[in-house]
Amino acid sequence: MQHYIVEFSKYFIALFMIFYTVESFLALRKKREDERNGVYIRQDIYIFLIQFFSYLCMCLKTGQIEYLFFYAFLQIALFSTLVLYQMIYPKNNRLLLNHMCLLLSIGFIMLTRLDFDKAIKQFFIVAAALGASLVIPFFVHKLRFIKHLKWLYGALGITALGIVLVLGQVTHGSKISYTVAGVTIQPSEFVKIIFVFFIASLLYKAATLKEVILSAFMAAIHILILVASKDLGSSLIFFMGYLFMVLIASKNYLYLLAGFVSGGGAAVAGYYLFSHVRVRVQAFLDPFSVIDNQGFQMAQSLFAISNGKWFGTGLFEGTPADIPFVESDFMFSAVAEELGGIFAVCMILVCLNCFLVFLKIAMELEDTFYRLVASGLGVMYIFQIFLTVGGGMKFIPLTGVTLPLVSYGGSSVLTTLIIFAVMQGLFMIYYTEEKQRKKEGKTGNRRGEKTKNYVEEWDEEA
Amino acid sequence: MKKLKKAEKEKKVSNRELWFTGIFFSLIFLGMIGYYVYYVQENGREMINNSYNTRQHLLTKKNYRGNIYSADGEILAETILQPDGSEIRNYPYEKLFSHVVGFSTKGKTGIEAEVNSYLINSGVSLSTQIENEAAGTKNPGDDAYTSLNVELQRIASKSLGVSKGAIIVSKVKTGEILAMVSKPDFNPNTIVQDWQEYLEDEESSVLLNRATQGIYPPGSTFKIVTSLAYLREHQGNYQDYFYNCIGSYRYEDSKIRCYHGTVHNSVDFITSFAKSCNCSYANMGLGLDRGIYHDTIMDLGFNQPLPVNFNYNQSKLVVDETISGDDMIQISFGQGSVQMTPLHLHLITNAIAAKGTPMKPYLVNKIVSKDGKVIEEFSPKPYKALMTEEEAGTLTMMMEQVVEKGTGSRLKGLSYSAAGKTGSAEYNLVKEDSHAWFTGFAPVEDPEISVTIIVERIGSGGDYAVPIAKRLFDEYFSVN
Repeated sequence: MQHYIVEFSKYFIALFMIFYTVESFLALRKKREDERNGVYIRQDIYIFLIQFFSYLCMCLKTGQIEYLFFYAFLQIALFSTLVLYQMIYPKNNRLLLNHMCLLLSIGFIMLTRLDFDKAIKQFFIVAAALGASLVIPFFVHKLRFIKHLKWLYGALGITALGIVLVLGQVTHGSKISYTVAGVTIQPSEFVKIIFVFFIASLLYKAATLKEVILSAFMAAIHILILVASKDLGSSLIFFMGYLFMVLIASKNYLYLLAGFVSGGGAAVAGYYLFSHVRVRVQAFLDPFSVIDNQGFQMAQSLFAISNGKWFGTGLFEGTPADIPFVESDFMFSAVAEELGGIFAVCMILVCLNCFLVFLKIAMELEDTFYRLVASGLGVMYIFQIFLTVGGGMKFIPLTGVTLPLVSYGGSSVLTTLIIFAVMQGLFMIYYTEEKQRKKEGKTGNRRGEKTKNYVEEWDEEA
Repeated sequence: MKKLKKAEKEKKVSNRELWFTGIFFSLIFLGMIGYYVYYVQENGREMINNSYNTRQHLLTKKNYRGNIYSADGEILAETILQPDGSEIRNYPYEKLFSHVVGFSTKGKTGIEAEVNSYLINSGVSLSTQIENEAAGTKNPGDDAYTSLNVELQRIASKSLGVSKGAIIVSKVKTGEILAMVSKPDFNPNTIVQDWQEYLEDEESSVLLNRATQGIYPPGSTFKIVTSLAYLREHQGNYQDYFYNCIGSYRYEDSKIRCYHGTVHNSVDFITSFAKSCNCSYANMGLGLDRGIYHDTIMDLGFNQPLPVNFNYNQSKLVVDETISGDDMIQISFGQGSVQMTPLHLHLITNAIAAKGTPMKPYLVNKIVSKDGKVIEEFSPKPYKALMTEEEAGTLTMMMEQVVEKGTGSRLKGLSYSAAGKTGSAEYNLVKEDSHAWFTGFAPVEDPEISVTIIVERIGSGGDYAVPIAKRLFDEYFSVN
């Protein structure tokens, strides 16, 4: 009996994931929020079902009773997140909320399977972060002066990155973290958010050549510090985020083109200058010829992916733990092996859906500052996923970044939760704008002007 | 008025760049997902065989290795379960299929390596697997059904006798390999015990599968290639070629001779081929355009991968503008720097027999689980065109003439018609006996079966390789 449950759960889990993904894209097409209510409820059910079957399998396979307790706590935490958000912010974006919960759940399932101690550790971090991030939408919504703090952002970001460069610990050849009071943090994760606010505050009023050059200079400082710390992945993410923010602020595609050309040039220069870049490229081109050292990780990732095929081996049936640093850098491959290729593809699509929701929020906002923040965070988020997923499947060279919300790592998950909370705040700004607009519609005022006044009012109050 | 407002709004907050951003990343992700789907579909199987992949140990713990069968259902390799739970890999035919089936006890070779991932996987139904698990027994691995024919294999092996050499027999229309022999052979049942002895005996390279990995000078069989290059350079007027053979050919300081110094007198293009006149080919090769020659050997797959799933070596030959006249002469009749595997020559012969486009050679027809479920079937697949249909036609006619009035006359006047090319390749400067080559197919009108034979250090292809071809054809066409 137990075997049948384990075997069939595999297909159920894939099926629920497909349903969830399809509904996500259908929801994007529906115009009115109340039409989507059914979608959201069904999605929540799928999330809970996926977790139910996954933990059921793991308990049956291993006979470990503590998985059950962990599952219970996880359910309570997720359920309270859904309920609390709903209570505190009735106007939240529920699609985004669901995606957040789903991705966290996938992360916990895989972490439980890979390293239970890390799962527990991650659970406490996530629970605390979820609690703390609950206040963020409120602040984003109310504190409209944040767009004026540009030099504070700049100073904070550059200092945080600079400290790592000078004092940071070297892990696997790059300086990316330092330890304060027993807690190891990775500042480049948090600086992502500050950086987006910084660039947005530099460009929101105007994006003429003058502003673009200033912002480019400031962005270059950030990126060069990251390059000097050998944090390749983060420097690429910052670079892409910056390029698209300039494009959206200036509406000039030439900046994007110039960015790509200079980025390409820098990549070629980096290849010849830095041996760690060459190693990555070699492991990308032919991991099997250098399988004894540089290619080992890549080859193991490919073994995992090809072993999983479409429906996966089932939890505890594969050997994803053979991949070095699987729980931070290769979660995609682990998911692909044990939960299957279909599940993994759906997971990427959900991430893409998140990004599209970010952009949709940006589109609906009137204020350029918030539009820039939403799109900048979105581009950084999706590009990071591209780096880690594409790297894991040998589509692009490996850069060693986390899969947001799924991978193990406190800084990464906390940062992503903040990003999602900021997006919720921005969504609420749109909601208020929308309400204002409707009111104006009734009184017959010209809406553009009125909204502007409204925003300025907020600025003054703050 | 309303329209004006709308236009104004769009101007104020244009979302064009945001749309662009969304579409830009969506397309990248679609590309990535496409690549992933392709990757999982294409590479799923091979990865498990990598020795760095620990997953195969996981599978061998759960399942015992499946069997390998011949086309007519004879067991070529089987796993015998001992009462104490240990497994013995048994090869009932012992030496007969040593290289082609290979072994799995001391590393993996041959078919054992090619379909390893299938043999260690079990496709039996879930309920059977659960029963086995409850009973504490392993699941039976899936079985591989090959295209190998025991009788043809036996004849091929016997024909080589104590000589070193290799034979490949295949079906022209499907690419299925019917027999593949390499001598000297070994007994895979005792490979572990004999291992050290084989390693020390460097001279005979027992473990090397000469049929696919042996690098030989192709000798006169290579005149097929030179002829093709000539046909390409002199389109439609090869009939105008004439040469007067006096048994030897001088170029600058060097001198080459026809086999045993035979004087062929006046020969045209076809006769040069049929009688295998080295002097005529030296003369022809020297005059050929090096660029066209280079393109021809590249089209035929020299220095490139071959379309097979088992281990092999690439044939090697470089011809460019810098090559000397001396070297060009040697190359034109398959000596000098030409290095070729029997498998590659066989593929070219199959291309000629199949109007220019050979089928991809393969050994395994299907994988079947122990409870009879077909896990995977491998269907015949055409390879790319190596030559045009017209060129294949001309070469077929020339190879027919080899049998009718040339060096392959031992295949003349039989109940089936045959075509082919002999070769007698010198392998070192000492003029000992040469390697005997034959490659050909039958029947000429509608080719079904092709053979490629090399017998090392024995004599001329016409005397030693052609009779083996006859025995194999006779068996295939059931002639007593």
